[in-house]
Amino acid sequence: MTKIQARNRLYLLLVAIVIGLLAPLVVYPVFLMKILCFALFACAFNLLLGFTGLLSFGHAAFFGGAAYVTGHALSVWGLPFELGILAGTLAATVMGAIVGKLAIRRQGIYFAMVTLALAQLIYFLCLQAPFTGGENGQQGIPRGFALGILDLSNNTTLYYVVLVIFSLGFGLVYRVINSPFGQVLKAVRENEPRAISLGYDTDRVKLTAFIVSSALAGLAGATKAVVFQLASLTDVHWHMSGEVVLMTLLGGVGTLIGPVVGAGVVVTLQNTLSSGPLNAYVPVVLGGIFVVCVLAFRRGIVGEIKALIKQSF
Amino acid sequence: MQSIHKASRSFGRMFTSALALSGMLAAGAMGLMAPAAQAAGISDGKVKVGVLTDMSGTYSDLAGPGAIEAAKMAIEDFGGKVAGAPIELVTSDHQNKPDIAANTAREWADAGGVDVFAELVTTSVALAVDEVGKQKNKITLVSGAASSAITNASCTPTAIHYTYNTRALAAGTGSAVVKEGGDTWFFLTANYAFGESLERDVSKVVNEAGGKVLGAVKHPFPASDFSSFILQAQGSGAKVIGLANAGADTINAIKAANEFGVVQGGQKIAGLLVFLTDVHSLGLQVAQGLQLTTGFYWDRDEETRAWSKKFFARTGKMPTMVQAGVYSSLTHYFKAIEATGTDDTMTVRQKMEEMPINDFFAKNGKIRPDGLMVHDMLLAEVKKPEESKAPWDYYKILRVIPGDEAYGPLSESTCPLLKK
Amino acid sequence: MDIFSISPQVLLGQLLLGLINGSLYAVLSLGLAIIFGLLNIVNFTHGAQYMLGAVLAWAGLNYLGMNYWLALIFAPLMVGAIGIIIERTMLRRLANVDHLYGLLLTFGLALIIEGLLVRMLGVTGQPYAGPPELKGGMNLGFMFLPYYRAWVVVASLAACLGAWLLIERTKIGAYLRASTENPNLLKAFGINVPLLVTLAYGFGAALAGFAGVLAAPLFQVSPLMGSNLIIVVFAVVVIGGMGSILGSIVTGLSMGLIEGLTKVVYPEASSTVVFVVMAIVLLVRPAGLFGKAA
Repeated sequence: MTKIQARNRLYLLLVAIVIGLLAPLVVYPVFLMKILCFALFACAFNLLLGFTGLLSFGHAAFFGGAAYVTGHALSVWGLPFELGILAGTLAATVMGAIVGKLAIRRQGIYFAMVTLALAQLIYFLCLQAPFTGGENGQQGIPRGFALGILDLSNNTTLYYVVLVIFSLGFGLVYRVINSPFGQVLKAVRENEPRAISLGYDTDRVKLTAFIVSSALAGLAGATKAVVFQLASLTDVHWHMSGEVVLMTLLGGVGTLIGPVVGAGVVVTLQNTLSSGPLNAYVPVVLGGIFVVCVLAFRRGIVGEIKALIKQSF
Repeated sequence: MQSIHKASRSFGRMFTSALALSGMLAAGAMGLMAPAAQAAGISDGKVKVGVLTDMSGTYSDLAGPGAIEAAKMAIEDFGGKVAGAPIELVTSDHQNKPDIAANTAREWADAGGVDVFAELVTTSVALAVDEVGKQKNKITLVSGAASSAITNASCTPTAIHYTYNTRALAAGTGSAVVKEGGDTWFFLTANYAFGESLERDVSKVVNEAGGKVLGAVKHPFPASDFSSFILQAQGSGAKVIGLANAGADTINAIKAANEFGVVQGGQKIAGLLVFLTDVHSLGLQVAQGLQLTTGFYWDRDEETRAWSKKFFARTGKMPTMVQAGVYSSLTHYFKAIEATGTDDTMTVRQKMEEMPINDFFAKNGKIRPDGLMVHDMLLAEVKKPEESKAPWDYYKILRVIPGDEAYGPLSESTCPLLKK
Repeated sequence: MDIFSISPQVLLGQLLLGLINGSLYAVLSLGLAIIFGLLNIVNFTHGAQYMLGAVLAWAGLNYLGMNYWLALIFAPLMVGAIGIIIERTMLRRLANVDHLYGLLLTFGLALIIEGLLVRMLGVTGQPYAGPPELKGGMNLGFMFLPYYRAWVVVASLAACLGAWLLIERTKIGAYLRASTENPNLLKAFGINVPLLVTLAYGFGAALAGFAGVLAAPLFQVSPLMGSNLIIVVFAVVVIGGMGSILGSIVTGLSMGLIEGLTKVVYPEASSTVVFVVMAIVLLVRPAGLFGKAA
């Protein structure tokens, strides 16, 4: 990385931080938190699709599964906020390890199908298990206090806590991608046999990426459960797995901030559409975005902008 | 020198594009929020109604756009003003997802100046929004959701369950069918909370009336092929097959029962939650003879006909009980504000409880302390094709079930608020 | 309820019903398998195309007075024609990119088609009366079998057999098979491969439409009737081995049977069992039961 690139990144980062800190002054904080949760979820997913080349069609299981565990930990076990989030994330990590272990033995579309099949089983467990509250979900999950003193029932306070969680998650993705391990991931994505011949244990590499990705997806789901004070079947349904693909694709697969942009756009759209005159056409509009995205700009918003910048040199 | 120039130019480009991008995002979000944020300041100057409903999913026919039209009618018929303040309406599609509903409700309460939530079809949504209403101190007028839990274990000081609940459906259809000799039952139950709650409520009624429940099969939700479940129900030998499901599941179950000759075989189908729109789409040929309980029927008397015809003129469909309930509940809410001259939540809630409800929808309806609106229910039977004289002429009213019988006494309520 | 307490009669009845559903699965998964074999695209619009078949049959009856038997011919043709338009205008442009994009495009198309029809028809849907010739049924001793359901099995199996013969025994079928193996070689022989691909997609879509017409009298005709079906059918194709014609037919039928059994033993899981089977099969035989090793 050149000095100038590094400086550019620094400025970008500063701008992002300022926007992040000031945003709740102008925008409704819960809405922002929703964007942050989905942005983290999409980043986690992108780590797998964009940087390892694995399409998981079952990431909702980690997202929603963690939400249930966190919800249960907070409302039934009465754990403090931090431990509740941790419990959800841990649960997603364990699920990720199991699903990943089974799925990485397969490639391409088969990998996607194994993850889908296993995620459907987790969905079924969530539907049947008594602690999830079935169709009604877990309602009224307490937000509690962060560090024992910060009252999270205040939306603005919670927003900054969520911002910290998001930054930690995003930072981890950044670290992974820019580490030597990240380079190995890219090697696996580009040419797996070659990576093997270079002496890498590609199965282990893929499994590690899968576990990190599912843990982060879990962190996002756990946070969402606290923000909305509820966990429901929506979060584990396969439609949610499809939604995260849309966010990542729209923002730009394989770009660092693409998923964040994609999540922002999709969540904003859903909110605007559902209350506007087009409220009966939400699925149609989302479908339209899919189609246009795939046909006209496959690189996504961030990918296209990057390409534009490159061209203008 | 030149390279530095070039670099700084490229930096400038990247910087501006990044800024533009984040600006775009923020602007998009702000554009959405700005009017809402302004409204918060002058919330006292107006009464704002928020209708949350399913606009394109499974329940969009029985609630959805029709429920929004009913809310508009309620506002117009009240003159667009209450206690001198204008009434405004905001609506949103919750897609049957409780998290989306809770999110919207919270936003409306925090930043949108919304004073009351209405409709709220499907139980998970109603429970989620009731919780928001409790926290934000806003009245929720539940019309579309069914579970009796809303005013029992999960009751809140601000929620009013207006149109019907599973207890009333059970008391209506359950006891009527047992009285006619249908004393052994087999259930087809949708495998989710609402289905189970309905099965439980009906089983209780059946057992109390001296009947017996022989078994139940829990089917996945949603399911399209019911032939296998119908066959199991036939094999059980029960006199009555109770359908503890809703919407498309009920319709497909009735179709399968018709196909496999359940009624010819001497068994009876009891649809425990059937809406007018379901009967409309099944057609009388298939639906005839079905007994059901409803909170409202358009063709009951002059008043209901007059209102329903107005509704029909706007939507092209006759109203379901949910849609009529939205109109009635909002009108009652406005009346309470008119009477007290304030939109303070607890004052209005108190007044709503004090005033009886007398309109086309309910006669001598009463809101109890646990939030349940008790009113007479109707036991109806779907007409034979040759009995139907006009489009939407679908029901014969067999009996009016008095409110107390349908909903049970207040002492039965397990609402924790009553203990205080 | 455990399996031993069920009388053989009940079991037989359930298996027969399972077979009926299985034959619908077979037609649907056959179409999906043909499309995957030739275009390498996971056609997520398949559920919507199945629904379109049913809706067109209903619309034909109500607006044009077209009877069931004509609908059985014309509705699939219409769905196939729409499929050809989709292939020509959109899918074609994805020929050289990752499979993922085809999946996403068709997923988006399904959302659009279903969303628009919901606005036009409402979600509750419309009843479609089956052909009067097949009213009633016969008593088999262990169960009452409506004639129409028996017809569904016959028609489905005939369609599967026809498609199989077309692909395995005719010249055009040979070209189709060859173009899945080596399209470039086929081009070199002067065969119009893009046309073949278009026809194959249209044929796959038409099969979905055919299944939709068959299903119309069984279920309520509604815009969302295919939306949950697609992942089940897709699982069937994966189990059978993607792109394997015979595999999808056999697996479709057997999944119907397994689902039928589950409806008796553990009904709650009847919509999940297919994924259990799929997970197991993929772990033991990665290329599916009838697929060639990946």
